Amino acid sequence: MTSRGRTWTHALADGAVGDAVPSVITADGTVGHDVARLIAVVPDPGSPYPRARNGEVGLREGLALAEAVTEVVAGDAHLPDDRRRPIVAVVDLPSQAYGRVEEMVGIHQALAAAVDAYVSARTAGHPVIALIVGQALSGGLLAHGGQANQILALDDPGVVVHAMHKRAAAKVTLRTVEELDELARRIPPLSYDVADWARLGLCDRLLDVDDADDPTERDVTTVKEALTAAVERARRGPRDLSNRLDSPGARETRVASRRVHEALAAQWRRVRDDDGTAPQ
Amino acid sequence: MQTLTYEFPAERPAARRAHVGVVGSGDLEVLIIPADGAARVRVRTSVDGFDTVWRVVLERFFARHPVAGNYELNDFGATPGVVTLRLRQAIEESGP
Amino acid sequence: MTAPDWEALLGRTSFIELDARARAGALLDDGTARELCGPFDHLDSPWLEPQGVVPQSDDGVVVVRGRLDGRPAVAIAIEQAFQGGGIGEVSGVKIASALSLATRDNRDGIPTSAVLLLESGGVRLQEANLGLATVAEVCSAVLELRAHQPVIGVIAGALGCFGGMSIAAGLCTRLIMTAEGRLGLNGPEVIESEAGLAEFDASDRTLIWSIDGGAQRVRTALADALVLDDVGALRSAVIEAVRQGVPGEHRSQRIGELRARVEAVDPAHPPEPSGLAAPAKGAPPEGDG
Repeated sequence: MTSRGRTWTHALADGAVGDAVPSVITADGTVGHDVARLIAVVPDPGSPYPRARNGEVGLREGLALAEAVTEVVAGDAHLPDDRRRPIVAVVDLPSQAYGRVEEMVGIHQALAAAVDAYVSARTAGHPVIALIVGQALSGGLLAHGGQANQILALDDPGVVVHAMHKRAAAKVTLRTVEELDELARRIPPLSYDVADWARLGLCDRLLDVDDADDPTERDVTTVKEALTAAVERARRGPRDLSNRLDSPGARETRVASRRVHEALAAQWRRVRDDDGTAPQ
Repeated sequence: MQTLTYEFPAERPAARRAHVGVVGSGDLEVLIIPADGAARVRVRTSVDGFDTVWRVVLERFFARHPVAGNYELNDFGATPGVVTLRLRQAIEESGP
Repeated sequence: MTAPDWEALLGRTSFIELDARARAGALLDDGTARELCGPFDHLDSPWLEPQGVVPQSDDGVVVVRGRLDGRPAVAIAIEQAFQGGGIGEVSGVKIASALSLATRDNRDGIPTSAVLLLESGGVRLQEANLGLATVAEVCSAVLELRAHQPVIGVIAGALGCFGGMSIAAGLCTRLIMTAEGRLGLNGPEVIESEAGLAEFDASDRTLIWSIDGGAQRVRTALADALVLDDVGALRSAVIEAVRQGVPGEHRSQRIGELRARVEAVDPAHPPEPSGLAAPAKGAPPEGDG
């Protein structure tokens, strides 16, 4: 079954694309002077989990992501931390899996394991790059891509980043899809348009490609160059997510975030000093 | 959602700022910030079209409790009874 | 059956009936609580009013620094009554920044722990992408602090902890729940709406609590302690959880245990929730500090 996640992983891979489970594929791909580990969640129509057949992040996907990332971190543990391999999360996923078995077993814990693994990789010095080539929705994005040092996305109408797909979001917020579209024109975080999302300061580069479904040679070169630059920025930048508040987009759009962060830091310092716990 | 502003005569100053309540179903949040001269009230309410009810409820309240200050009310569909209760709690907290 | 302990029941002070501010304050040592970025700082959401939604002056998150068991701590409480505990830009950054500041203090030699009161439906949909982004930032901040000092999650109320914040719960050093509390990625209504009534009947309260409820989550080791909805009991449980220190391996790092959980259930023939086995303990339950 084709999917953008699969297509782009194959396009960027140097050689064979492997899988621990059919829905989570991995490959090595040259990015500048590095060989990055590519990881993607892809559809598996034969999955024993009916709610995770279309590329959703479910129990086995969360587990497989955690294992795939942890394997890279363990494999490079002996290297100096500025030489550790980049990890590229190729993101194309409709959501997390919505199912009863999933909840019973504890899908939140499977996603937590994936988040933990990605954050551990980032703090250990692995440049973690998210490359959004298709949908990046909700809990799926939190588990796969959301913890990246750098986030790249194709500038293509098929690329959608959001907390919930449109029909469900309309239902939950008691609006019609038309009302939601109208609101999104004024309220950038509500928008389903990738260009609006990019303006929130979360996107490090928006990439122009000719064919997001079937990338041309030039598209692959564009993306590889962008990945190379992103790896470089990640290695130079902080290992936490503080760059997301300092990006040019964030300075425009996340004014409230920055104000809250500064106010809290100032008040924290004052209270700490009063409390007598300030460092000597 | 509707934003309403009112001003009522009030001579007793609030001794300190006060905060009570939450913006939850059937409830409201009240903030009092000490200021002289009058009770200046800004209401942000989720229910439109009750301007007159608000005026009557607030007028009656401040006639009985003429506490000056800037009042901020963030309302999520509270009944007049709940509004009065929260206001009373707030001025109690703001008292000397 | 044993008779209920009426004296204990009548002597209880419900924790969850308090608002977020009172809950955060009740956990910390008497007289030590100092709220940061409170209502008078007017740091409310910039996105709600333009959509016709009434904001709350603290955006539904209360940050209180103080002492717990005599040591520096920060208690962060989500107000479940405001927008279903949904995490928006401001509320999310309040949580993430408070955790980061605690991490910085730890690096500066001031051991500071955190308590997260996780009553949340997840990302606030009126702030969609910024809510989602801040939840990722919260998760990262939990992991950074957790390496230094315990981050204790508490899920006390019937609203429960869902969506992205359930992932944050899964990252906590230890998780305390009441029998009324619920924990899951997708709320019952969301599953029913996405996958149909046959998948999950959101009106079936017995089913919901048999899967998401505190007793089940503790029994199957997805949470650590089941505590009565009582201020004193919860404070004692939080103090005890902090005293146990930082474990060698956290729940979200125990991938072998997760694998065992997943492999124990055949999705074509799942057991009843009551028949779900607790995984074998892979790591020592207590830390060394």
